[in-house]
Amino acid sequence: METFFLYAAIYLCLIMLLSLYRAVFGPTVLDRMIGVNAIGSKTTALLIMIGIIYQRVEMFVDIALAYACLNFIAVLAASRFFQKRKGLYDESH
Amino acid sequence: MSVDNLSSTDTSFGKAKPSAVQSRRAKKIVPFCLTFIICFATWFVLSGRFDFFHIALGIIACTIVASLSGSILISRRGLENLPGQWLGFILYIPWLLYQVLLANIHVMYLVFHPRMIELIDPRIISFKSKLKKPMSLFIFANSITLTPGTITVFVSITGEYTVHVIDEKSGNSLPGEMEERVARLMGE
Amino acid sequence: MTLVAAIFIVLGLFFFTGGSIGILRFPDFFSRLHPAGKLDSMGLLMTLAGMALYTARDLSLPAILTALKILLIVVFVFITSPTATHAILDAGVRAGLGPWTAPKKKGTR
Repeated sequence: METFFLYAAIYLCLIMLLSLYRAVFGPTVLDRMIGVNAIGSKTTALLIMIGIIYQRVEMFVDIALAYACLNFIAVLAASRFFQKRKGLYDESH
Repeated sequence: MSVDNLSSTDTSFGKAKPSAVQSRRAKKIVPFCLTFIICFATWFVLSGRFDFFHIALGIIACTIVASLSGSILISRRGLENLPGQWLGFILYIPWLLYQVLLANIHVMYLVFHPRMIELIDPRIISFKSKLKKPMSLFIFANSITLTPGTITVFVSITGEYTVHVIDEKSGNSLPGEMEERVARLMGE
Repeated sequence: MTLVAAIFIVLGLFFFTGGSIGILRFPDFFSRLHPAGKLDSMGLLMTLAGMALYTARDLSLPAILTALKILLIVVFVFITSPTATHAILDAGVRAGLGPWTAPKKKGTR
């Protein structure tokens, strides 16, 4: 069963690379924020998988909870900061 | 028990000064107790240790938090029908999860469809809701956002919703059954 | 129980895949929010429910407490994820970005 969790964690990392593309090459700042938010919610699942692999779930659960809080607060703060057209333009051309 | 006490003293408010003070104290004690119970349950689950020292620490911390912010979590006005609301909320969650699952499968179909560009038709629609209470407006807006295909753009306090929908099908079902359920849940 | 947990986790990974590919494929950020905000929270619900089942499989008290903590993360994410989605969308609307509408005009974004 630990092998299954190991492969699931590796697969999750590969999916995070797809979201990282949007976070790096996104046309606007908001696209980057969507990518970062998606990576954050996948990291929450990845942390608990790491906890199961190392058999220290009770420690990694707290880290995952704190990470979920931080992800939420970061998205709220960034969207409040960028809402007045600061840096919000199309970068594709 | 204390809820009955509260409503019986509420009628004599203003006639006699001691009873008014007593009723105000009674109105403070119920949110305090509820907040304390919620905080202590969270502490119990999160700490995971059951010796005397940790439980005493939890009681002290929860007393401070509940006395400072008891009136924020539970407002005194909606205290009478609180158990009914919580029961309705527990009944509402499985239906919402089922709807979220159905709508997720719809968005998955859109994502993996090869000609996705021709299928989607994003637009912004607006409609008027008949909900009145701020809490039910909040629950309805979050339910709309959780159901894929629709995101709430803007809600006014009078109940006008502006919603971004991704295709025709998910926009058609909007002010329908979900609004009825939220209205029944909050007792409107 | 382990098999049920594995099925839950595989389903959750499937939803995560859909969310990531949706973020890549949809044409503008309004429609990218649909898979990003909600397929991800659905995948998180599935994977974390599977891992909570796997953690609580031997029915001892610390294991059940840890599983409850994992479910607490699910509740937290389901409260905060619509708020975060709405915050990003609100920033876009206030900045004056219009939604991608017409399929015939390919160049506009």
